Amino acid sequence: MSRSSALALLFVAPALALVAVFFFHPLALSVISAFMAEGHGPTFANFARAAELYSGDIIHTIFVVTSATLLTLVVAIAISGALTLSASPGFVAALKFVYRWPLFVPFIVAAQCMRTFLARNGLMNNAFVALGVFDPMTTSSYLDWRGMVITFAWKQVPFVTLLIAGAMASLDRATIEAGRDLGASRLRVLVELVIPQVMPTLLVAATLSFVLMLSVLSVPMMVAGSQPTLITVDMAFRINAYGDYGTANALGVISYLIASGAAIFYLRHTLKDDGR
Amino acid sequence: MRAAVVQVATGAARIGVIAVMAFAVFGPLANLALWAFAERWYTPHALPISWSLRWWEIVFRPTGDAMASLLTSVWIALLTVIVALLLSIPAGYALARLKLPFRTLIMVLFLLPQAFPSVSIYINVARVFYALGLAGTIPAVVLVHATHGLVYSVWIATAAFAAVDRDTELAARDLGASHFHAFLTITLPQAAPGITASAIFVFLESLDEFTGTFFVGVPQVTTLPLLLYNAGMGGNYQIASITALILLVPSIAFMLLVERFLGADVLSRIGR
Repeated sequence: MSRSSALALLFVAPALALVAVFFFHPLALSVISAFMAEGHGPTFANFARAAELYSGDIIHTIFVVTSATLLTLVVAIAISGALTLSASPGFVAALKFVYRWPLFVPFIVAAQCMRTFLARNGLMNNAFVALGVFDPMTTSSYLDWRGMVITFAWKQVPFVTLLIAGAMASLDRATIEAGRDLGASRLRVLVELVIPQVMPTLLVAATLSFVLMLSVLSVPMMVAGSQPTLITVDMAFRINAYGDYGTANALGVISYLIASGAAIFYLRHTLKDDGR
Repeated sequence: MRAAVVQVATGAARIGVIAVMAFAVFGPLANLALWAFAERWYTPHALPISWSLRWWEIVFRPTGDAMASLLTSVWIALLTVIVALLLSIPAGYALARLKLPFRTLIMVLFLLPQAFPSVSIYINVARVFYALGLAGTIPAVVLVHATHGLVYSVWIATAAFAAVDRDTELAARDLGASHFHAFLTITLPQAAPGITASAIFVFLESLDEFTGTFFVGVPQVTTLPLLLYNAGMGGNYQIASITALILLVPSIAFMLLVERFLGADVLSRIGR
C-alpha cells in the first residue's frame, strides 16, 4: 500500500472505529445472543419462544410497515406527479408549500399529534362531523393499525416526495411534452412515461422508508397502545419487564430478516433494470 | 361556454386538493397546538371547554423538569456535533480527495447504522455500557447519537470537500503554503457551508432521538423526547404537547432553511 493511501485510511479510521464499536459490535452481540441460551450454549429456544408468543405481532409488523410504505409511495407519487405535470404555477406553488412541513418532524412528535388527531374526539372526527360526513354517534377511534399507517405515512411522504419529485424534475421534458401532444392524459403520461424512468429513486425511497419504520418505537407505543402491536414494542417489553435478552434478540434477528426481505426486493428490481 | 365550465371545474378541483392536503398536514399539528392551551377538554366537546397558560408556566419554570430536559437535550446535541465533526472532517477529506482503497465499501459502512432496524442494536449497546459502568450517562448517549449521525456528517462533508475548487488550493501550494496551511486557509473555509449543514443535521437528529436514549440513557438521562413520552403516556397531554411544540421549532425552521445551507453543487454530490 502506498504512503498516501495509508494516510487516507488513517484519516478514516477513527470514524470507522466508532461505527465498529457502537454498531457492528452490538449487531454481532444481538445475533449471538439470539442463538444462545443464557450460559447453556447454542439453541433455537429463543426463536421458538418468539414464534410462540409473538407470531401474530410479527405478521402484524410486516402488514403495518408494508401498508405504510405503499400508502407513502402512492401519496408521494401523486404529489410529485402533480408538481411535475400540472399546468398551473399557482397550484404547484401551493402544493410545494403545503407538502413539506412534516419533513423533519420527529416521529415522537408525529405520534403525539396523531394520538389526539385520530382519537374518537380528535380534530379529524370533529371536522368530518362538522362537515356532515360522519354522524357524531358513530365516530370511532383510529388508534390501531390504521393510526400507525397514517402516522408513518404522514411523516415519510415529504421525504419520499422530495426524492421522487427531484428525480422527475431532472427527466427529459421533451418525451413528456410529446406524450401530451399525442393526446395522452396526464395520468397516462405519469404511469407510462414518468414513473418507469424514476423507478430507481422510487425503490430506494421505498426501501429506506420500510427499514426506518421497522426501527421506530415511539409510534407503536403511543399511537396503538393495545394488542396487536409491532415487534419493536415486544422487544422493549421483553427487556424492561423480564430482562429476557434471548427472546428480545431473537425478535431483533427477525426484524433484520424482514429488512433484508425489503433489501432483496430492492436488489432484484435494480438488477433486472440493469439487465435491460 | 363548455370550456369555461371545464376551467371552473379544474380550478375547483385544484383548490379541493390543496384544502385536503392542508387539512392532512396541518390538522394533526393544530390538534397538538390546541392541547397546549387547553385547561379541560373531554368528549363530546369538539374544542377545549376552558383555556389556560398554566402548563406553559409550569414547563418554562426555570427549576422545572422541562427546562432541565431542554438543557440536557441541547448539551447532548452539542457534544454529539463536536464528536461527529471531529471524526468526519478528516474522514470526509480522505473520502473526497485522497486515494482511498475500498472507498465505496467505507461509504456504505457509514450508512449501515441508518439502514438497519435499530431497536435490538440499542438493546445490546445498553448492555455494553452497563458492563462498562457507563449506562445512564451523557457520554453513552452522545456516543450512540454520534454513531447514528455519522452518515450525515461524513457523507455531507465528503460532498462538500469534493465541491471545493482545486485550483485555488494548488495556487496556495505554489505560493509556498504547506499542505496543512492550505487546508486550513483555503479548503476548509470553502467546505464550511456544507459542513455547517451537516452539523445542523446531526444536531437535529440528536435533539429528536428517542429510541437510543430510551434504552441507553434511562433512568438518569431525560431528554425532551423522553419527557414528551413520559408525559404523554402518563396522560398529561398539555405537558406532552408543549414539549412537542418546543421540538417542532428547530424542525420546522430547518425544513424552511435547508436549501440555503445545502447548495445544489453539494447536494448533487452526496453519497458519491
